[in-house]
Amino acid sequence: MSEKVLMKGNEAIAEAAIMAGCRHYFGYPITPQTEIAAYMAKRMPQIGGCFLQAESEIAAINMVYGVSSAGYRVMTSSSSPGIALKSEGLSYLAGADLPALVVNVQRGGPGLGGIQPSQSDYFQATKAGGHGDFRMIVLAPASVQEMANLTLCGFALADQYRMTAMILADGTMGQMMEPVSFEQPPLQEVEKPWAVRGTENMRPHNIINSLYLVPEELERKNVERFARYAEIEKKEARCEEYHVEDADIIVVGFGIAARVAKSAVDAARAQGIRVGLIRPITLWPFPKEALYRAATHAKRFISVELSMGQMVEDISLAIHCKAPVDLCFRTGGMIPSPEQVLNSITDAKTKIDTERTPC
Amino acid sequence: MITTQKRISLFCGHYGSGKTNIAINYACMLRAAGLAVSVADMDIVNPYFRTSDSREMLQRAGIGLVCSPYAGSNVDLAALPKELYDLVRCRDVYAVMDVGGDERGALALGRYVPEILEEDNYAMYFVVNFARPLTRTADQAFDILREIEQAAGMRCTAIVHNTNLATQTTPQTLLHYIDALQQLRQKSGLPVAFWSAEHTLIPALADALAAHTDKALYHELFPLHLQAKITD
Repeated sequence: MSEKVLMKGNEAIAEAAIMAGCRHYFGYPITPQTEIAAYMAKRMPQIGGCFLQAESEIAAINMVYGVSSAGYRVMTSSSSPGIALKSEGLSYLAGADLPALVVNVQRGGPGLGGIQPSQSDYFQATKAGGHGDFRMIVLAPASVQEMANLTLCGFALADQYRMTAMILADGTMGQMMEPVSFEQPPLQEVEKPWAVRGTENMRPHNIINSLYLVPEELERKNVERFARYAEIEKKEARCEEYHVEDADIIVVGFGIAARVAKSAVDAARAQGIRVGLIRPITLWPFPKEALYRAATHAKRFISVELSMGQMVEDISLAIHCKAPVDLCFRTGGMIPSPEQVLNSITDAKTKIDTERTPC
Repeated sequence: MITTQKRISLFCGHYGSGKTNIAINYACMLRAAGLAVSVADMDIVNPYFRTSDSREMLQRAGIGLVCSPYAGSNVDLAALPKELYDLVRCRDVYAVMDVGGDERGALALGRYVPEILEEDNYAMYFVVNFARPLTRTADQAFDILREIEQAAGMRCTAIVHNTNLATQTTPQTLLHYIDALQQLRQKSGLPVAFWSAEHTLIPALADALAAHTDKALYHELFPLHLQAKITD
């Protein structure tokens, strides 16, 4: 399917998962990600795969645990409240070092919130996926093409590091339609000697488990896991940098917020304001180095979000508090307009200029 | 198109085929020809991009809008407004009905079908975009057409060729699928009512088609003035 097709973001995720060799999908419908399930329901039977509408989100994530234990590529998807339900399962996946792809097409919260787009699960995805010491790789697509590409990438990273990779999209990314082309990736068969798929009396039993009766053993597991996380932080952080080199102001945004921010950056550049954009593609690991580098010349940062400043602290930490971080946001299911972001940029410019002027 | 205009124009198809844009543009065309027209947003499936997003534009144009009171809100409820009955029963207004995607969307149409069939003054267009992943071939599109007809309880009367890649559409995008369109026409026995494309593409498309011999495939080109939906 290298020819371009017009797809919804949700469909692109589903098709890319199939290309990645995923033959097991478990889910439960929730707006605005239901097209993933609908697409899988149509496609999986055509290719000998398994689509199963589980009785709940909790059931679905535990089915993921089962298939992953057997060493096969597997995914589930949901939207914010449904991901909260899955959090116990996410923790168990981490505790058993099982790879999985989990998709969150975010809607407004807290609680039932609303069905319109949001990015307010940033904390949940990057810091609090569930109980216990663990991390998930969090990928933030900003186009339908990237929904597909990062799904392929997510499966590979999950297998490589034996952990959950999460696609953190929002309702707009899930619902919007754009042309997309699929390049069938070379399917690297990842060796999974730990998988539970029968010993054929040739080897000792494999055990998939997250319960440790000996405290020292549990501690050792946690330390091992964090050594792996450190390696990921070093190697896997990704971001897009746009007009960053000479920028006095850096706008930081991911997903749909980054698209809005990009047009605001263009508009501000047209007014002669030296502003750039850093778009995190991985939210964990956070692209700290790129931000720190920018802080050597930038005097002010702006976090553009569909949430109440959840990314601000990560930016501050990444730049070692070298510059103030402003917030430009909408919540409730709405998206900041390019004008709103442009206003934040001109405000930041005024503040920089005022601070420079001797009293 | 106006000379043979039926009172009710229904647009159905696979979701994402472009029904909503065509319905709005079609209503505008009827209004520009001096007809009293209302457009009905019957989509009870998709909570995001809908006819009701064009509320202000339609109001300015003097086109009635019938849609769920919950459209665009946070209420995810499969509800249709009572005003839809008026549109079907009061025969003094032209009606353009934007049916929801796939068979699930078309299911909601069933409630109004007896009246529509009784009046027998309708056209039901199957909108096809061959660049959509589940309608890549005539066979796939035909399956969806039949599913929609079964769910709705009525037959389509014509095909609309609206193959597009959103902002990356070129005349070639539509021309590339001329064989698929021909096959769909043969399989379904339905005529091709028109091709639709963004209005700036129409002259080049007309030029490219001038040389084509099978006039039945493209006798009308319908220009779309697309509704902006999202910030790039």
